[in-house]
Amino acid sequence: MSTTTTLRWHTVCPLHRLDPDRGVAALVDGVQVALFRTVDGLYAIDNRDPVGGAYVLSRGIVGSRAGVPTVASPLHKQVYDLRTGDCLDLPGISVPRHEVRCRDGMVEVRLRQEG
Amino acid sequence: MTGGRVVVIGNGMVGQRFVDALRDRDPQARWRVTVLAEETRPAYDRVRLSAYFDGADADELNLYTAHDGVELRLGEPATGVDRARRVVTTGAGEHPYDVLVLATGSSPFVPPVDGAGLPGVFVYRTLDDLASISEYAQGRRAGAVIGGGLLGLEAANALRLLGLGTSVVEFAPRLMPAQVDTAGGAMLRRYVAELGVACHLGVATTALRAGPDGSVAALELADGTVLDTDLVVVAAGIRPRDELARAAGLELGPRGGVLVDTACRTTDERIYAVGECAAVDGTCYGLVAPGYAMAEVVADRLVGGAATFPGADTATKLKLLGVDVASFGDAHGATPGCLDVTWTDPAARVYAKLVLSDDARTLLGGVLVGDAAAYPTLRASVGGPLPAAPLALLAGDDAVGASVGALPATAQVCSCNAVTRADIDTAIAGGCADVPALKACTRAGTSCGSCVPMLKQLLDAAGVTQSPALCEHFDVNRQELFDIVRVRDIRTFSRLIAEHGRGRGCDICKPVVASILASLGNGHILDGEQASLQDTNDHFLANLQRDGSYSVVPRIPGGEITPEKLIIIGEVARDFNLYTKITGGQRIDLFGARVEQLPQIWRRLVDAGFESGHAYGKALRTVKSCVGSTWCRYGVQDSVGLAIALELRYRGLRAPHKIKSAVSGCARECAEARSKDFGVIATETGWNLYLGGNGGFRPRHADLFATDLSTEALITLIDRFLMYYVRTADRLQRTAAWIEAMDGGLDHLRSVIVDDSLGLCAELDAAMARHVTGYSDEWRDVLDDPERLRRFTSFVNAPDVPDPSITFVTERGQPVPVGGRSPSPDGRQPVTLGLPEVRR
Ligand SMILES: Cc1cc2nc3c(=O)[nH]c(=O)nc-3n(C[C@H](O)[C@H](O)[C@H](O)COP(=O)(O)OP(=O)(O)OC[C@H]3O[C@@H](n4cnc5c(N)ncnc54)[C@H](O)[C@@H]3O)c2cc1C
Repeated sequence: MSTTTTLRWHTVCPLHRLDPDRGVAALVDGVQVALFRTVDGLYAIDNRDPVGGAYVLSRGIVGSRAGVPTVASPLHKQVYDLRTGDCLDLPGISVPRHEVRCRDGMVEVRLRQEG
Repeated sequence: MTGGRVVVIGNGMVGQRFVDALRDRDPQARWRVTVLAEETRPAYDRVRLSAYFDGADADELNLYTAHDGVELRLGEPATGVDRARRVVTTGAGEHPYDVLVLATGSSPFVPPVDGAGLPGVFVYRTLDDLASISEYAQGRRAGAVIGGGLLGLEAANALRLLGLGTSVVEFAPRLMPAQVDTAGGAMLRRYVAELGVACHLGVATTALRAGPDGSVAALELADGTVLDTDLVVVAAGIRPRDELARAAGLELGPRGGVLVDTACRTTDERIYAVGECAAVDGTCYGLVAPGYAMAEVVADRLVGGAATFPGADTATKLKLLGVDVASFGDAHGATPGCLDVTWTDPAARVYAKLVLSDDARTLLGGVLVGDAAAYPTLRASVGGPLPAAPLALLAGDDAVGASVGALPATAQVCSCNAVTRADIDTAIAGGCADVPALKACTRAGTSCGSCVPMLKQLLDAAGVTQSPALCEHFDVNRQELFDIVRVRDIRTFSRLIAEHGRGRGCDICKPVVASILASLGNGHILDGEQASLQDTNDHFLANLQRDGSYSVVPRIPGGEITPEKLIIIGEVARDFNLYTKITGGQRIDLFGARVEQLPQIWRRLVDAGFESGHAYGKALRTVKSCVGSTWCRYGVQDSVGLAIALELRYRGLRAPHKIKSAVSGCARECAEARSKDFGVIATETGWNLYLGGNGGFRPRHADLFATDLSTEALITLIDRFLMYYVRTADRLQRTAAWIEAMDGGLDHLRSVIVDDSLGLCAELDAAMARHVTGYSDEWRDVLDDPERLRRFTSFVNAPDVPDPSITFVTERGQPVPVGGRSPSPDGRQPVTLGLPEVRR
């Protein structure tokens, strides 16, 4: 199993719709994506909490752990590395991450899918 | 039948636990309980019996708690059970029962050898036994113990402490044959010998001989050895006390004990047996943990439950003669194809063995002698993958500590009380922030105590910082942070963390700072940077549920509501398809709202005159009330009026934790005010104020703080109490724990808020006045502001598409989330091996 990137970039919203250190949910090609904006840049991971199963990661608190940018699940507080999607509290658990960039003031997402 | 008369025979460890467990589940005392006790002392901690020789008295070992509707009859042993008439007879009379619980424990097994009845021969079971041993030992020189098991070694240590030269005679070829293997036994013997205890192993005692004064003077062994001794303790195993059951015609187990099924029911459906006297499906257990589990099963059955005995973990860890010894799981390697990893360090005098499955992946059991630091982690890992490489586990506790976080949710952290990792994590999530709180919530660590280090590690693993530091971003605790923010007039998180912290913050410090900023009156909680600090409940001003939807709770001050408003709530719930439930706080909770529906729901509620109930916030929740003197024949004051006034005064006050309150209109206390952070009970002449109560995991009654107050004086005291709490409590510390942690407790609190010993009162009063005038409804303020409203969208790029993952089915006429709670992950069965010595 390898991770491949689908080719298409989807325009999601203007950058100013993302508040610093807070997430929003976006629907990209039917996939729920959690988008975050921090001083280090933009991050995109799946919106689904892999532990609780609900689509809520975009509503977690953004922060850092030992310098790593993180979001904490609002369900049961597990913390995820925003760069990799890895859960820092539960080994072996992670959420899929996606590519995100800002072009001409617009946030764009390119889905990564298990291929 | 969920009520009637229960007679319990035996007030030992398990009998007492049964009564506690029943009262827990039957607080209205529908079951009236009579406990018949043979001993003249109420229940005590037999497991720690030997502490008697370290000076512990009966008080220190006490396990007995009095309960309403429970009568304890000390020194009145049951002498017979008449099943046809359903009465228990004692020397004093008869006790009729609807349900009978046998909790008679065991008696020491004394081998049938000549001289076993001589003066100077003792058993080791009760406080009275120990008192007799200690008295008899005065002025004597030599003692011998028959039995080299767990109990025998404890007795040997006691004799040493009493100053006797001590020998141990054991029939098996090694010490503690039930728990350790040959090599472990050899290591143990080295320790024991160094302490000057002589061991005679692999040899039977054939007779006890009397001296000229008629008391015991020598032991004769099968190999011809004669041991001179002045005192003998027989610790050769135990026998279940099944004599009453036998005489009453109940069926017994194949090796004795009262035969019960997994519901702990005997062959008479009105009679249960629990603890060491019971043979569950034929097996007796000589440890307290399985007995406790049986007690809980029967308590559950009596209130209509269907609990069954889950099987037992017979793992043990002891400090015997100063030596740590532990064994757990398949300690003897009885599983076909299993592998041993052993580690012997003669210099450090440590022996350890791990038993692994044939693929070396699963831990099956083990033995530790000399150093049992790894025991809690290892025991909890039995049946699962190894938490680290075997040698790392055996060699040092650093590796072990680090690996605790990796334990599965089903791992039993405390086997004495059957507490799993999941239970501990839930308790931590519920606000337990230190080991004492965890012990109180879950009972973990309250029996043998061996899991206490693991509780600390689990707190660490859960990110609960036990050092004063709030989290990795701030080195100070909440109180100091509060002072920094207040004194330096800091209004943003970014300035605070730049000047007084490090990093970016996290889900611990951000909500704390958000709450501090809110307590100090920094405008709407969703304005500017503050919004990013709020957890999801505060961020959406609603309570997140497990499926990602939210619940809505409008404020209903004092629980008083007009029919019109009740109808509005009904209409809103119907129109938005919300599940409706009356809460314990006398209001109505509406479940199943999606984020984009929240403003629409609140538009309707606000227009009808409702405002936020702050059910989502660490803030004042409700002030419950009884109907009071307005209607009630017994009421002496207007409790509803006061409750409404208090709720309106303190609504919206952000605090370290939620705050609950209630007002009762007379001493009958129908509002349950004493289970609240601040509770008020009417008197003929005014109000009594109670502080520091709570329900939840660790229920606690509030303490009486002041009596017969005027309404004005009452409000002044509550103002100061709340503001002092808001300023000085720790993160997630309820008022009860806050007062307990105060140097001087309630008296200190009284000196601060009544006598103004710190000169703070004027400041506290002013702060509360600011809160009261500064209050405005959070929800109304959101609805009036498009900038705040824009957060309430399902998807930033598809605001018209509702979250497709939130769907409902109908249950009892209402919508509920699809799919029940996720099933508890694999019900791992504990490995039951190495049963303690039960001999016939
Ligand atoms: C020294 C010592 C150390 C121990 N260490 C450990 C340990 O480390 N770990 C562990 O798990 N377990 C240990 N145990 C075992 C543990 O104490 C027992 O498993 C536990 O006490 C069993 O509880 P029980 O209520 O079934 O029996 P008990 O606590 O023995 O209580 C039974 C009670 O019933 C009373 N009774 C009997 N017949 C009648 C009657 N006809 N009428 C009225 N009352 C009656 C008895 O007098 C007694 O008070 C130890 C035991 C001893 C003695």
